[in-house]
Amino acid sequence: MTTLTTLLASTAESPQASNLVTNLAILVLSGFVGYAVISKVPNTLHTPLMSGTNAIHGIVVLGGLLLLATGEDLGTGTTVILFVALLFGVINVIGGFVVTDRMLEMFKQKPKEQIEAGSEQ
Amino acid sequence: MSTPIASFLTDANFKSVLYIISFGLFIYGLSGLTGPKTAVRGNRIAAVGMAVAVIATLLVDDFNNAALIVIGCVVGTAIGVPAARNVKMTQMPQMVALFNGVGGGAVALIAWAEFRETDGFAFEPTYIAIFSVFSAIVGSISFWGSNVAFAKLQELIHGRPITLGALQLPAQILMLGAAIAAGVAICADPQEEIVMVGLLVAAAIFGLLLVLPIGGADMPVVISLLNAFTGLAAAAAGVSLDNQALIVAGMIVGASGTILTQQMAVAMNRTITSVIAGGFGGEVTAAVGAGDGEQGTVRSTSAADVAIQMAYASQVVVVPGYGMAVSQAQHAVREMAKLLESKGVTVKYAIHPVAGRMPGHMNVLLAEADVPYDQLKEMDDINGEFSRTDVSLVIGANDVTNPDARTKPESPIYGMPILNVDESSSIIVLKRSMSSGYAGIDNPLFFNPKTSMLFGDAKGSVESVTEELKAL
Repeated sequence: MTTLTTLLASTAESPQASNLVTNLAILVLSGFVGYAVISKVPNTLHTPLMSGTNAIHGIVVLGGLLLLATGEDLGTGTTVILFVALLFGVINVIGGFVVTDRMLEMFKQKPKEQIEAGSEQ
Repeated sequence: MSTPIASFLTDANFKSVLYIISFGLFIYGLSGLTGPKTAVRGNRIAAVGMAVAVIATLLVDDFNNAALIVIGCVVGTAIGVPAARNVKMTQMPQMVALFNGVGGGAVALIAWAEFRETDGFAFEPTYIAIFSVFSAIVGSISFWGSNVAFAKLQELIHGRPITLGALQLPAQILMLGAAIAAGVAICADPQEEIVMVGLLVAAAIFGLLLVLPIGGADMPVVISLLNAFTGLAAAAAGVSLDNQALIVAGMIVGASGTILTQQMAVAMNRTITSVIAGGFGGEVTAAVGAGDGEQGTVRSTSAADVAIQMAYASQVVVVPGYGMAVSQAQHAVREMAKLLESKGVTVKYAIHPVAGRMPGHMNVLLAEADVPYDQLKEMDDINGEFSRTDVSLVIGANDVTNPDARTKPESPIYGMPILNVDESSSIIVLKRSMSSGYAGIDNPLFFNPKTSMLFGDAKGSVESVTEELKAL
């Protein structure tokens, strides 16, 4: 119970209290937004969609950037951990968007092809 | 950084505005992914959103570790871009698994670094510890699970289920329990670093135990699930770092990944729980071990015969599977289809939702070969047409055509919706050998009297059929 009371106390008094509530609201709402936006995607685009959302969660790179950029006198261990995290995040973001772009480029050519196929018949 | 402009740029409200712009772009970009025409633009819009978010994050007073950040970005780009550029379309699923894994790893590492820098969250509100611990556990599971998925798809380790037998479930529960217990301890009181490391290791072992028993056929569902996991972990990290861009982007991915996972599981008539339980694995091994023995005979055929059958058909349905992907046969298939169309044959493609290794895998490959979008038929649209189809050409697909799924309750894939190719007048199966599919089970379709088999590499077979068609 101590945990809960500390939690409540900390949320009631700290300046971060309103932050927590706001952030939780954002959390819940963006879950619904994600649901609404994504549930309309056709089956055929599922692989690019998975790849695209995969690139977007590469946003964790911000965490690495933030902690490195604001961190003064980080120990060697922490610096190494954050550097690897940053590296991972960058690979996730950049690789993710490039791969998705490559996949989608192929879909893009289709309307042209469709017109050609149509005119052949 | 004391000029008015600098203080404006690093102002918290200005950064919040940039974050709002960036997640607005994410949402707008993702909604573009709902149609093939707007998808490329949608993806690029999301990428711009990411750039805005990165810039906003870098607007801080007293910038530290600039050199490290630059090196990290350059090295990460140098690794990520060539990997993404050079990967073959057929290897896309494992590439997604790998990128997903490093994302999860990044979240876990960030939580670890936070732990170190705050002396075990000693002076932080408890909720920060809770969200960090959550992101550490889930990120670690996602990292190791995705790596196993990658290794299985890349065939670095065997695609068949690997389990501890009866110890599997207790071991999973023990590891997850240990990770959660360490997490609770960290949230309750500041702990030594070893507790955090233990948490990460326990979650890692749980991630390995989670994915190792899962058979190849279920891999798409798993990758999708881990994708959702990483998203949720990122959102949790966003709460503990008080970063709204992370919260929104992570949560959108978490929500979309969950829906996608659900849809895939439904397509295979399986629940997410049964996929995770790895029940498929055990049964598959049993089915293979039992071996049905008497199956009847297989009729093999020649390229010339296949060409003649198709040339005089009025409708041919192509059923592509992983075999087409492996041998890169999509362009050859497109050539053959063009030739057939010039002879007045209607060509359609039947796409099973889980054909290949990911939903939409076949669509991507056929799109690469410029197959017109309207010829790609989804399962529900094409299944009624097989009875009116003269020739079904199955190219390297197996489990998605297995009639056992309809008729044999003891089969591990019983209940999975399949493409009813056996309803067409004639079935031609292009296959490398008589080996069983990725799920590791026999397919009675091959022993159907209407079926003839053309053995060989899919691409080579299709090319020789095309040659024969030209000669007709």
